[in-house]
Amino acid sequence: MTFLGMPTTAPRGVGHLRGEEPFPAAARKALGNDQLRRNLGHATDTIRAKSGAVVAELPDWQELRAAGSALKADTMARLPELLLQLEENVTRAGGVVHWAADANEANRIVTELVRATGHDRVIKVKSMATQEIGLNEALEAAGIEPVETDLAELIVQLGHDRPSHILVPAIHRNRAEIREIFLREMPGVDPALTDEPVVLAGAARRYLRETFLRTKVAVSGANFAIAETGTLAVLESEGNGRMCLTLPETLITVMGVEKLVPAWQDLEVFLQLLPRASTGERMNPYTSMWTGVTPGDGPQSFHLVLLDNGRSAVLADEVGRPALHCIRCSACLNVCPVYERTGGHAYGSVYPGPIGAVLSPQLTGVEDNASLPYASSLCGACFDACPVKIDIPSILVHLRNEAPHPRTERALMGAAAYTMDHPRLYQAAQHAAKLGRLAGRRLPPPFNGWTASRDLPQPPPETFRDWWAKR
Amino acid sequence: MRIALFVTCLADTLFPAAAKATVRLLERLGHEVDFPAAQTCCGQMHINTGYRRDALPLVRRHVRTFAPYEVVVAPSGSCVGSVRHQHAVVARSAGDEGLAARAEVVAARTYELSELLVDVLGVDDVGAYYPHRVTYHPTCHSLRMLRVGDKPLRLLRNVRGLELLELPAAEQCCGFGGTFALKNADTSSAMLADKLRHVLDTGAEVCTAGDSSCLMHIGGGLSRLDASVRTVHLAEILAATEET
Repeated sequence: MTFLGMPTTAPRGVGHLRGEEPFPAAARKALGNDQLRRNLGHATDTIRAKSGAVVAELPDWQELRAAGSALKADTMARLPELLLQLEENVTRAGGVVHWAADANEANRIVTELVRATGHDRVIKVKSMATQEIGLNEALEAAGIEPVETDLAELIVQLGHDRPSHILVPAIHRNRAEIREIFLREMPGVDPALTDEPVVLAGAARRYLRETFLRTKVAVSGANFAIAETGTLAVLESEGNGRMCLTLPETLITVMGVEKLVPAWQDLEVFLQLLPRASTGERMNPYTSMWTGVTPGDGPQSFHLVLLDNGRSAVLADEVGRPALHCIRCSACLNVCPVYERTGGHAYGSVYPGPIGAVLSPQLTGVEDNASLPYASSLCGACFDACPVKIDIPSILVHLRNEAPHPRTERALMGAAAYTMDHPRLYQAAQHAAKLGRLAGRRLPPPFNGWTASRDLPQPPPETFRDWWAKR
Repeated sequence: MRIALFVTCLADTLFPAAAKATVRLLERLGHEVDFPAAQTCCGQMHINTGYRRDALPLVRRHVRTFAPYEVVVAPSGSCVGSVRHQHAVVARSAGDEGLAARAEVVAARTYELSELLVDVLGVDDVGAYYPHRVTYHPTCHSLRMLRVGDKPLRLLRNVRGLELLELPAAEQCCGFGGTFALKNADTSSAMLADKLRHVLDTGAEVCTAGDSSCLMHIGGGLSRLDASVRTVHLAEILAATEET
């Protein structure tokens, strides 16, 4: 739906793109949780080291990044025609393509498709798109039980929790907490369960195996869709995805429209970039690809739901557009000094960290996530880590210009700019700064944030320009 | 060589020692330093806080002030980063292509101190003497916006009497980030706490960097802890000799 030609943003009241409070307030709570900070520090440290080592192995890593970036830029430049090509090829191969303008429409389409099968349970492959639109809640409201089959996603679901990392959604949980969640929520769990990782994984495996075998409908996301062949691809580590994509009778895939690549050969680049940047593996354990329906093999009914939900609005912004190049590897989260300390929940959206700070406000409209573009010190570590070279700091700065500004701040900034553009006033202000000597160790708002943990510098007896003038 | 000093508003107002040291150092190396007095602020704070429009007159002033010079130096990676990567963007977003083109010319002639010394003047031993245990924090914008690499470290390694101590997790941000330190004070302080721990772990007497802003942040934290470690700008170390 468009108004005066401008694409609409993701609707309110559905899905998980908006937080309940601004980032600084949510971050303050997270920072008070020492256990969370230790879990996060340890986990991000480990992934960072692992990814850094396998990235360093490739002499052409920078060329691969450039290629990935160029392929995505080309895809975005001709997205409409490529999507039509995808639709044509999926349809020809026996699949059915649905177009969903937003979360509500996508949830309705999937719910109706499941209902039409007559089943009341679906197994799910880990998918950011379905988390974004709140599909699980929509299915539950319709009396359909969704079962997450990715181990970490299952922990989040059983814990009535929200994912806090794109790749490792339960990164904020330790094994003692996971044991408690399993004991409390997992049907048929052994009450003698210990918190040994192998024991916990075994419990999940037993529960999931049974579920795989008796569930006839699966819902997945997609890492890539190939326009020229109509092929969908899911990359994963646990094999649960392979189960979901091959065992059921019906497969429904919900995919953001930006997941497209033009040609089969383009996967050559992305299948090298994604695992190394993401899990720190040379190759991910499972890559499943399917094209429509194959008689006698795998799901005999395949539906592809193409989701917009604000993506056209991102596409319309020339500076913000590269946020759509993201391949959801989460490398930017793992190197971000802010994410490492606050965790993912503080961002309020299913897309946390640096990429979330540029993607969520664009999908919702920046007024609905106005604090996120500021949730960064602009240190630039995310840009360096991104396998498709998204210049996240520049997009953050761009969005800060679009964001609504507090009135006091606007007045102060206006006055500061005026002063800086009038050298005499500027000099007078410099001399007034010497009064800072009288200010003591605590400043009033909005500067009290500084003096909470830092002393002010002592203003010098003379400014540089006064010294220079006397030389 | 005649070199214009882009002092930065922060060094001008609060950290003149870094600016004076830049002048002393360049003059000692036989160069002529000029200080165009029309300069004020490059506008980085406005740009990065979302006030690009307010920054436009500051960009215009900066470009006009430094356009006559062949070489411009600043004792700040961050301010040079803004000049190099943001000024033309600000001009272009205001539809001023002429200003954008002039901003690009000025940007190409503007160097952070270690870049000027190593790349332009071709020196990595400036003949300095500084008998202290020093650790170096590579500021984010020097490191990732300007890619100064190991230039500051090469300069420091050639300082007589100086013992260079490696800073653990050096490449992690100190948490300053301009107005980030105010808007997200808690997160900023958590980042600072880790940086301070690493600085103290080195056993250094002095923590140095190429940016007064990050040093103000780290120094403010050290002072609050009553730690004895001092923050000293790279220019001050390079300007020090046995006579001073």
